[in-house]
Amino acid sequence: MIKVALAGNPNCGKTTLFNDLTGSKQHVGNWPGVTVDKKEGTCKKNKDIRILDLPGTYSLSPYSAEEIVAMETITGKNGEKPDVVVNIVDATSIERNLYLTLQIMETNVPMVLALNMMDEVTEAGTKIDVSGLEKELGITIIPMVARSGKGVDELLRAVEKLAVSKSTPKQLPIFEEIKKLEADAESEEDKEEAEVAVADIRYKAIGDIVSKTVKKKKASKTEATKSDKIDKILTNRFWGIPIFLIIMYAMFACTFSENFLWLGINSPGKWLEGAVGTVWSWIVDGIAEAISGASPWLQALIVDGILEGIGAVLGFMPLVLVLYLLMSVLEDSGYMARVAFIMDRIFRKFGLSGRSFIPLLMGYGCGVPAIMATRTLEKEKDRKITATITTFMPCGAKLPIFAMFASTIFANDNQILVTYSLYILALVAAIVVSLLLNKFVYKSEASNFIMELPQYRIPTIKSVLIHGWEKVKGFGKKAGTIILLSTIFIWFLSNFNADSFNGKNREMNEDNSVMCENMEDSFLASAGRVVAPVFKPLGFGEWRPAVGVVTGWIAKENVVVTFAQLYEEDVTDEYLEQFFADMSLEELEELGFENGEYDSEAAADIYAEGILFEGGDENALPTMRKDISTKAAAYAYMVFNLLCMPCFAAVGALKRELKTWKATGGAVLVQMVTAYIVALIVKLVGGLI
Amino acid sequence: MTLRDLKPGQCGVVDSIKGTGNIRRRVLEMGVTPGTKIDVIKVAPLGDPVQVELRGYDLSLRKDEAEAIILK
Ligand SMILES: Nc1nc2c(ncn2[C@@H]2O[C@H](COP(=O)(O)OP(=O)(O)O)[C@@H](O)[C@H]2O)c(=O)[nH]1
Ligand SMILES: [Mg+2]
Repeated sequence: MIKVALAGNPNCGKTTLFNDLTGSKQHVGNWPGVTVDKKEGTCKKNKDIRILDLPGTYSLSPYSAEEIVAMETITGKNGEKPDVVVNIVDATSIERNLYLTLQIMETNVPMVLALNMMDEVTEAGTKIDVSGLEKELGITIIPMVARSGKGVDELLRAVEKLAVSKSTPKQLPIFEEIKKLEADAESEEDKEEAEVAVADIRYKAIGDIVSKTVKKKKASKTEATKSDKIDKILTNRFWGIPIFLIIMYAMFACTFSENFLWLGINSPGKWLEGAVGTVWSWIVDGIAEAISGASPWLQALIVDGILEGIGAVLGFMPLVLVLYLLMSVLEDSGYMARVAFIMDRIFRKFGLSGRSFIPLLMGYGCGVPAIMATRTLEKEKDRKITATITTFMPCGAKLPIFAMFASTIFANDNQILVTYSLYILALVAAIVVSLLLNKFVYKSEASNFIMELPQYRIPTIKSVLIHGWEKVKGFGKKAGTIILLSTIFIWFLSNFNADSFNGKNREMNEDNSVMCENMEDSFLASAGRVVAPVFKPLGFGEWRPAVGVVTGWIAKENVVVTFAQLYEEDVTDEYLEQFFADMSLEELEELGFENGEYDSEAAADIYAEGILFEGGDENALPTMRKDISTKAAAYAYMVFNLLCMPCFAAVGALKRELKTWKATGGAVLVQMVTAYIVALIVKLVGGLI
Repeated sequence: MTLRDLKPGQCGVVDSIKGTGNIRRRVLEMGVTPGTKIDVIKVAPLGDPVQVELRGYDLSLRKDEAEAIILK
């Protein structure tokens, strides 16, 4: 077994080479203790070679999580020492890339240098004397084009050879000098001075080597590269921001829009979501049919618990997939770095990076892909904070809650203002929490924006597809279990009570089911009665609103469905009949009644999902208005549902990004506390008005 | 004079780096060492950060960070 570690700067083509080498046989995990991806794979051409993708770093000095991981892996502090390090160098910016090369050479591990992006070097008319460079550095150098796979075989052969010979790189004279400088520095001040001197020594040595081996075509000032021309437009003083907004809007629309480009059709994301949903409902119907002989509770467990949970996971996959395909196009093309460049000015004020804009924007559509989008943020701290605050955004599933309250309790107010103010409130809460987390939790020193702006490149379909597929697979695997288990758990709580287990339910129920007939009697309702007093200060300290919060964790729109079930005295058959009485056949059909015929069986569901979701009945749920009696309380309830723990699917995504239960729990705690405090402020201030 | 004082299209040669800590370290690692020639390419649409070119690649940094880079 040969252990190979891939090391290189960000954007040097590491991921591309890794995919070349491993094909699809790879495994993504994380390094212990840090949220840095650990990608491992077996080489497809030589099963004896195991490849480990190190995080992209500019240097090995241990100042960020990525650099520490890279350093410790190379030196063998972090598990087994690799047999060979493949250092990938972006030949188009060879000077900066060789800085890391010198540092790896200093660690004295056997190494090969993969000189990547040779196609671009040739195109630019630059000549690199590879054998001269080999002599200067004393290591094997393989020129290659990772994108087309050129040079990959040669690289493998060099790796195999080195694994046998184990020859270590030549130690340049400057290494002695550097060691001495570092050893002599004692005080902090000395150390800082030594750092400057060391960086200077390394770059001077690189300058010497490069001047001997790299011949750049005399660049005339007027001749801009293609990439420069594109950049001139995309980050232009005047058009830069409008273009940015259009690209962001297009991305959002492709994923979430139900009226794509005003064509009246669904966006690819929504379309795929619908298709998956339809196919899944056929499967569910089929399974339900097949098990119709089983005992009622088992049927319910399978259909309403397990299949519902799997359906929730499947339901999110299309959105994750489409958003991820688009994000990898932005990432691979080099535009993502410009997003940060354009938005930095605004986001640094909140202690975040400009890239946080994308997850926050996506949060308006759905929290799940939004949380997963935080993966593209460079710093661990930014990833964590953004993942925590991104579900504050009013995602699509929260809108029915707002619609129901706006149309009833706020029937005589400016309903648009009520809803709109929640959007603003979400943003303000996100900003404030981000600032507080920055200050008190991460105690971060001032962030910096010293970042490479990579060349624009046309992304390859292969890498975009691999990215998208990895995300979907990861979501299905990691978040799937959490979503499934929690959905089943809440299903259990809302359908069972103590009488389920002493036979009383079985005696009472017509169908001999052990489940409880009304949610009112369930474990969940009992729990709601216990926790309700906690919400007293917020103005909705009754059990039914409390249960609504909990069922909202399965999916936020469930709050409305649950209300329709719990306030059933308001949604009687007579009420429904009267409500639908005035509607025409077409209207009834539109709402989902088959053939436009009123059907009392279907009416309750259609009323909840067709009418309440849209805020279509201003007289709805009068009893609810006793539990949530004032406008301040109603607003506080909306705010609480807006900001508190997101649905389990989002929590699953959160766990996937934050890696540990501790960090995930911490994020959820922050969300709950924020929701409580903001709702309390709303209630108190609202009470004064 | 510092890098901050340059306008897009102008260039300068690094003399020294002020400041301490991570930012200075990062700037050095990215190749901004004494004697390096830096071209200012452009300023971001909102007025900050700036994009510069050195050692054959593009780097972005904030104006405050550019101020720490003293030019000859
Ligand atoms: N022209 C060219 N582009 C490449 C080559 N290798 C990778 N790329 C592109 O460079 C960009 C960054 O590559 P990636 O593998 O994501 O780099 P990483 O950040 O080091 O993982 C992508 O757009 C790749 O398609 C190459 O040999 N030639
Ligand atoms: Mg990569």
